[in-house]
Amino acid sequence: MIPASFAYTAPTSLSEALSALAAGGDEAKIMAGGQSLLPILRMRLNAPSTVIDLSKIEELRGISEDGDHVVVGAMTTHSDVVTSELLQQHATLLVQAVKEVADPQIRHRGTLGGALAHADPAGDVGAPALALDCEFMIASQDGSRRTVGAADFFVDLFETAVGEDELLVQIRIPKHTGWGAHYEKFVRVKHQWSIVAVGATVRVEGETIAEAKIGLTNMGSTPLRATAVEQALIGKPATDEAVREACAAAADGTNPPSDLNGDSDYRKHLATVLTRRAVLAAAAG
Amino acid sequence: MTVTDDRPTTEVGTARLRKEDQRLITGRTKWTDNIQLTGMLHMAMVRSPFAHAKITAIDTSAAAAAPNVMAVYTGADLGEGQGVLINAWPITPDQKAPTHLPMPSERVAFAGEIVACVVARSAAAARDAAELVDVDYEELPAALELKDALSDRVLAHPDLGTNKSAYWVFDSKEAGTGGDVEEAIAKARTDGVVIEREFRQNRLIPAFMEPRSVVVDPTGEQNVMWSATQVPHIVRFALAATTGVPESKIRVIAPDVGGGFGGKLQVTPEEWIVWSVARTLGKPVKYTETRSESLVAAHHGRDQWQKLTMAAEKDGTLTGFKVELTADLGAYVAVVGGGVPVLGAFMFNSIYKFSSYHFACQTVFTNKTWTDAYRGAGRPEATFGIERMMDELAAELDMEPLELRRKNWISSDEFPFTTVCGMEYDSGNYEAATDEATASFGYDELRAEQKRRRDAGDPVQLGIGISTFTEMCGLAPSRVLGSLNYGAGGWEAASVRMLATGKVEVVTGASAHGQGHETAFSQIVADQLGVPFEDVEILHGDTQISHKGMDTYGSRSLVVGGEALVKASEKVIAKAKPVAAHLLEASVDDIEFSAGRFGVRGTDQGLSIQEIALAVFAAHNLPDGMEPTLDADAVYDPVNFSFPHGTHLCAVEVDTETGAIKMRKYTCVDDIGTVINPLIVEGQVHGGLVQGIAQALWEDAVYDDAGTLVSGSFVDYTLPTAADTISYDVHHRSTPSLTNTLGTKGVGEAGTIASTPAVVNAVIDAIRHLGVDDIVMPCTPERVWKAIRSAGANQAAPTVGAAQPHFDESETENGAAL
Amino acid sequence: MTRISVSVDGATYTDDVEPRTLLVHYLREQLGKTGTVVGCDTSNCGACTVHLDGRSVKSCNVLAVQADGHDVTTIEGLAQGGELHPMQKAFHECHALQCGYCTPGMIMQSIDVLNDNPHPSEQEIREGLEGNLCRCTGYHNIVRAVQQAASSTGAQA
Repeated sequence: MIPASFAYTAPTSLSEALSALAAGGDEAKIMAGGQSLLPILRMRLNAPSTVIDLSKIEELRGISEDGDHVVVGAMTTHSDVVTSELLQQHATLLVQAVKEVADPQIRHRGTLGGALAHADPAGDVGAPALALDCEFMIASQDGSRRTVGAADFFVDLFETAVGEDELLVQIRIPKHTGWGAHYEKFVRVKHQWSIVAVGATVRVEGETIAEAKIGLTNMGSTPLRATAVEQALIGKPATDEAVREACAAAADGTNPPSDLNGDSDYRKHLATVLTRRAVLAAAAG
Repeated sequence: MTVTDDRPTTEVGTARLRKEDQRLITGRTKWTDNIQLTGMLHMAMVRSPFAHAKITAIDTSAAAAAPNVMAVYTGADLGEGQGVLINAWPITPDQKAPTHLPMPSERVAFAGEIVACVVARSAAAARDAAELVDVDYEELPAALELKDALSDRVLAHPDLGTNKSAYWVFDSKEAGTGGDVEEAIAKARTDGVVIEREFRQNRLIPAFMEPRSVVVDPTGEQNVMWSATQVPHIVRFALAATTGVPESKIRVIAPDVGGGFGGKLQVTPEEWIVWSVARTLGKPVKYTETRSESLVAAHHGRDQWQKLTMAAEKDGTLTGFKVELTADLGAYVAVVGGGVPVLGAFMFNSIYKFSSYHFACQTVFTNKTWTDAYRGAGRPEATFGIERMMDELAAELDMEPLELRRKNWISSDEFPFTTVCGMEYDSGNYEAATDEATASFGYDELRAEQKRRRDAGDPVQLGIGISTFTEMCGLAPSRVLGSLNYGAGGWEAASVRMLATGKVEVVTGASAHGQGHETAFSQIVADQLGVPFEDVEILHGDTQISHKGMDTYGSRSLVVGGEALVKASEKVIAKAKPVAAHLLEASVDDIEFSAGRFGVRGTDQGLSIQEIALAVFAAHNLPDGMEPTLDADAVYDPVNFSFPHGTHLCAVEVDTETGAIKMRKYTCVDDIGTVINPLIVEGQVHGGLVQGIAQALWEDAVYDDAGTLVSGSFVDYTLPTAADTISYDVHHRSTPSLTNTLGTKGVGEAGTIASTPAVVNAVIDAIRHLGVDDIVMPCTPERVWKAIRSAGANQAAPTVGAAQPHFDESETENGAAL
Repeated sequence: MTRISVSVDGATYTDDVEPRTLLVHYLREQLGKTGTVVGCDTSNCGACTVHLDGRSVKSCNVLAVQADGHDVTTIEGLAQGGELHPMQKAFHECHALQCGYCTPGMIMQSIDVLNDNPHPSEQEIREGLEGNLCRCTGYHNIVRAVQQAASSTGAQA
């Protein structure tokens, strides 16, 4: 319950943070909201020599509009995401999913960028970010910025495209204005991480699904897109029967974990059921 | 005349708001971990990561050299001075039990056992240095799975030569309390019905919210231990008995204690080690466990296999019940230990009129955390066994499960009733409780909805679960405990002290940790003495103030401790009466005591007991030869247990597509005798219900193949939250108990005892038509779904012994912003 | 050691702390604010919940250095002028506590729930408390208390 000793620095600008990261080398650890990092440190599962706290960098916070995108600073808290009218309007799926992250106290401190960069496959932010085709702006040591698409951002369990001496600074979300959305999370008790969750956002024209985007949580070492289902849904009526048929393949190609909460087969089954429910709810709303 | 005017006519039965709340809602609390003493040192433990291993070497030099470290100890360093941990209840004369040292020096028998401790000037320095203690282990094969351990293939304690600790039997034919169960079963096989099932009682962790903490101050003549314990008196006795320090030099204090549920009914390695080290160093020492340590090292509960055989006639009349238990002790025999399943031995027959009964229990060692009492202790297991079997028999006979119960239970005009176990049930009214419960529940409407959903093939099916239970509580008549070889009595002590100011100080040997004794006991004494509720102060939990007591567990505080208050109060009144007569210049025979006032019969003259207290304090004018005190002590030893009972009804929706279970409604009607405070009673029932429901649905202490506790944090030991639970429909009835003058029965464990089978019966009832007749607890969505899918293959899907890696150390990628 | 200056329950404290010191340990051990307690090590239980600049946080999940220049309210700072906060009163009147160990965190979070939503449904209350574990009450009376506080006062932190 008491972390090992570490040095602490709280830079007030991005460039200071990058310098601190370079200076800290392998032993430095970035802290965004700290809601996953601090438990790790308390239980001494990790003992960095330096903790670089990003919470004082104002330029990393905030939600704004940029043409066809909504731009979210990496240090924007979950509770700011949840209460953002801009995101509610243009990226409903993200708001729905972030409402399901941990609990209110954690959402007050935890940040969207922190959770994305932590890349816990059972976390609730990866699948919607993937489904919404988010772009991730990453700052490098030389002052340059590069943008990585969602498909390339999630590399493996707890691993992203953010390099060792880089920082995630912005999440750029293409507007999905008018799309219905639903995040269907399955847990045994409410304070758990997702056993499986499915985020679906769909554009309905008349009675028909015109486009669908579906992200799966905890069905592999990274968030996954259910692309076959997305394809199968196009042009289908938003009826139970049609959606059920299209979602039957939701777990194809996935490799979910087995643990206390359920084995791999059970998770695959859940994914198909939850995908159907998420799509139907998204289409209805 | 005083003060009694605006009091309710009686305090007993009034929903008084709790006295103890004021400090608890403002943060003005005294938890053990709050205690700071000048020069106090802090301890951190080094625990074995292996379930079973030889300790081949411990290098403490780096830890000892670390900044601000005062000392590092191993078991060898402490030697005999560390004492030994006792089992108070050897259930058979030949019970096998390994010596349980607080800190072993040669071999560890479960993962989490302490092998060294570090004492430093701060908790942080102690923790830092504990990381530097280097222990070499030679791993030994571990006995893990309970049934496998029974085979003695791998020994948890090689020196014992077996994993079998004790075999305890009760047989109604041998005891002369009933017939031969084998005959009943044989007959039923020919012309009746026999139901045979095997049920698993999952391993549970009490998970009190306050982690255990202990402070020992060895300065001064008395050695003082503050401990987050339910049992300060038992701790003091055991310290004296095992460390050679006279009881008179030991003071144990349980200050505010944050829950227990049996989990703090223990004498612990941590207490013994801090005691030994503080006395060695001559300085106060504190140790507070982390939650992870608590989950792995504080004792666990339940963990049994129950092999059950029920015999009945074709019309549903019960004839015999045979119970064969295998119970996991874990690595050591704890303070109650094998006594826990024995507490259920007289309860499997429950409220039913069996003519023959057999109970046998084999206790077994494994290389897992030791087990002991957890809320209900033995009785939840028994209630689960019988109530699940009643539903199975009803299904077999195609009978309405309530009808089967009605046919077999003791009817209200048959009390007192001596059961097939020889227990005398003094009172009860199962019909009335059940009628009230079914009406409030909307039983018939829910049955109709269940049929509609079933007929329509709805993916969401409805199930209704029943549990009509009784329990024996109020541990306990000392004579009965003696006949069972329990190491102590079951009495309780109380003192009532009349202060000069008219206030009343009451000392109880019960030791509350959330029950509300300060309020409920004040109500009892206020009525007895006729003084205002506010004038009564309850003192407890400190062996120097409450020097005599048996503490709090087994729903005993009110039914035993409360009765002691009555006896002590009666003595105070008896002492005050001659003083009243003397002061009023009347004959003692003409003095009447009522509502706090001694009056002279036929006159309006009188004095309040509080006025008499002042007169006795002044002692200016007392009857000749009278000792100037009204204070009185009493020790009450009950003549019998009390037998609360109730009917619990539960409705659940089962999502057959995912296996998810959603509770719709839960109704209970508990007959708990005279109620002292309905508010406190309802609170006890609510909390008890959720703990019992959690055993059915959520909680499970799971070990992996290496003997590591996988559910070793609150991430994986899944306690329910407010969002997982519902509001409960709670009622009570009051058929007074005839075994004590207040007419009370215990209530602390009732909710937990009754609810687990109600929930599982409901889940099975929802999907029985799909071919499912059992699901191993906890009924996880995965298990429910697999049971449905296998259509009655009755499988116990093994849980994968792995946790999700949220806090995995492998995750150390640098640039990742956490 | 890092010098910090923190306002806690209306008083300002200036101290040197190790960066690794958790806010909850700073409150308990350096300031004697022992009303706030530690119940777990994984941030599941919520017993250590306090308000940081008016929002509920788990004080085991914040470093003391991060509270530098900020405002902390604990259970000990709720009652004003000897008058209990309406939520404290509601917990007492609804018997929403037994052992009392989860109570400080539960009360602090309940106040936050009403700050966000002055008129929550039962389900919204239950979900608002999903980060706080209680082992005694079964939550039934805690939910009642929040409902009572909501109907008697609206939301005043």
